Amino acid sequence: MKSTKKSKASNYRLGYDKGTQCQLHGMMLPGTVLMILFNVIPLFGLILAFKNYKVTEGILGIFTSPFYGLQNFKIIFSNHDFSRMLVNTLGLNLIGQLVALPLTILFALFINEIAKPRFKSCVQTVTYMPHFISWVVFGGIVIELLSADGGMVNALLLRLGILDTPVVFMAEPKYFWAISIVSNLVKEIGWGTILYTAAIAGVDQELYEAAVLDGAGRYRKMWYVTLPCIKGTVVIMMIFAVAGILNNNFDQLYVLQNAFNLERSEVIDTYIYKVGLQQLQFGMAAAINIFKSVLALILLVGANKVSNKLTDSGLF
Amino acid sequence: MNKLNSKNQRIFNVVLTGVMVLIMLITVYPVWYSLINSLNSAADISKNGYALLWIRDFTWESWKTVLNDPEILKALFTTFSRTLIVTVLQTLITSMFAYGFSRPNLTGKKFYAALGFLCMYLNGGVIAYFILFNALNLYDTFWVYIIPSLFGGFYNVIIFNANFKAIPESLFESAKMDGASEPVIFFRIVLPLSKPVLSALGIFTAVGMWNDYTQTLYYTKSEGLQTLSYYTLSLMKSSEAAANLSSSLNGSSMSSILSAMSEAASNYKTIELACMILSAIPLIIMYPFAQKFFEKGVMVGSVKG
Repeated sequence: MKSTKKSKASNYRLGYDKGTQCQLHGMMLPGTVLMILFNVIPLFGLILAFKNYKVTEGILGIFTSPFYGLQNFKIIFSNHDFSRMLVNTLGLNLIGQLVALPLTILFALFINEIAKPRFKSCVQTVTYMPHFISWVVFGGIVIELLSADGGMVNALLLRLGILDTPVVFMAEPKYFWAISIVSNLVKEIGWGTILYTAAIAGVDQELYEAAVLDGAGRYRKMWYVTLPCIKGTVVIMMIFAVAGILNNNFDQLYVLQNAFNLERSEVIDTYIYKVGLQQLQFGMAAAINIFKSVLALILLVGANKVSNKLTDSGLF
Repeated sequence: MNKLNSKNQRIFNVVLTGVMVLIMLITVYPVWYSLINSLNSAADISKNGYALLWIRDFTWESWKTVLNDPEILKALFTTFSRTLIVTVLQTLITSMFAYGFSRPNLTGKKFYAALGFLCMYLNGGVIAYFILFNALNLYDTFWVYIIPSLFGGFYNVIIFNANFKAIPESLFESAKMDGASEPVIFFRIVLPLSKPVLSALGIFTAVGMWNDYTQTLYYTKSEGLQTLSYYTLSLMKSSEAAANLSSSLNGSSMSSILSAMSEAASNYKTIELACMILSAIPLIIMYPFAQKFFEKGVMVGSVKG
């Protein structure tokens, strides 16, 4: 141990020799190649938005196919389905976040109030679980629960006398937003608390003791101590939520979507899949992608600015 | 005053426990519902509706059908081998990259950081991948499940990096004094010391791979390449379309043909449920063992990311 201290300087110089550097860069080579191949090269695909590209042209066709100007964008924006899709995308995300964010924080606060550690970890274990089940399975179960012939929800509502005849929930567009938002909440609320729980665990206990001395009860402690202390985490989650407002959960919505509820369930992400990979209109799909990315970037920067101004904390 | 407080405390605890138990029941019930119905006879379901709390008419029939179906077994095998290969290789390649990135003496670190953040925030979209996979002859082959997923993304690098940085520098120095090369240090010292984060990120990768269906949907077309998730999804999509049609007819009059149809449909339903449970079982079984790693993995990410 003594000798290591003495030779520290020479060891560091040792680390810059050719052999060591070769070994290090060599270890990073597979990752680097994969990143360039599967992350950097696909970025050239964005050029397609300004091109009239045909599938048969292969990968080099991205560069050689004729320029199309903003024609692809014009076609999309003049499509009357586009505004409906935009409304669905924004609506599902906005309402979903407005419901999920406060409820998740509330749930985290109350999990923190559980006195017995074993019961607390039991609640956490059980409520995290649905996060790890795929949307195919969870969405499938939701569809079965809502099924018109003997599904649990219909059976319950019929027995309580709220309904006279079973409702085909999945085929009625008007129920789709509620179904999607509630099922997402049930699946993710437990897992969503994990970041807040970590933040709450980091709150200085002396603050609570001081608050108690000042006569604060349980709810005041939550409101005046815990919440201000986890504000940073909340703000970051909100910035991400705003920036991701055009990203729907494809995995979920594609499972829940069907021909009958398309009016309320078609969102940008599912539309890109249909236009791009089913109808093979690559230019249009790429144009929607660019539209989405640019808007997301603006929103991210904007939300960050607003939060920096209002709360003095932001992402960057 | 004190008495009142402790009484309030007790009431609060009872209410809190009640609410928490209710929330737990709500989160678990969907899985329970599909499990009991997959073990219920289809004829009973078509007559009395789904079982709500307990199995009414027990039968292994749907499970036998599922486990004897060669297509499902093939899908199970595809899913399993894909999950295993990607999890092992991705964890290895990503942690190796992160090791290099975490060393203070690495030259050109700025290049790697710039590349990493670029890849984290920008992506070319499904179309670009479609063209690229076609050009690389990955489209509609088993390798489309493996090769594009071999690198776990820069976010995971950041998490690994934070963990590797926490290893005392003196360990590296003494290993170097003994003449160990960088790969030897990585495999003999760093990896054994990083088991928690390796497990956490490995589990996340495995769960993601097991559950994924979009790769099948986007980049394959032959039936032999179906994953279990995708197979279940296509089963669902076809039976749901049929159910929606038949139930909109149901209201008017129930002819014998329709009732026969609905019996066949619920037969289909129980099979579908068995299929869903089958693809959820590995996760539910490994979940309690893996759970202790989650918070470690996520928390490091939350601090650094």
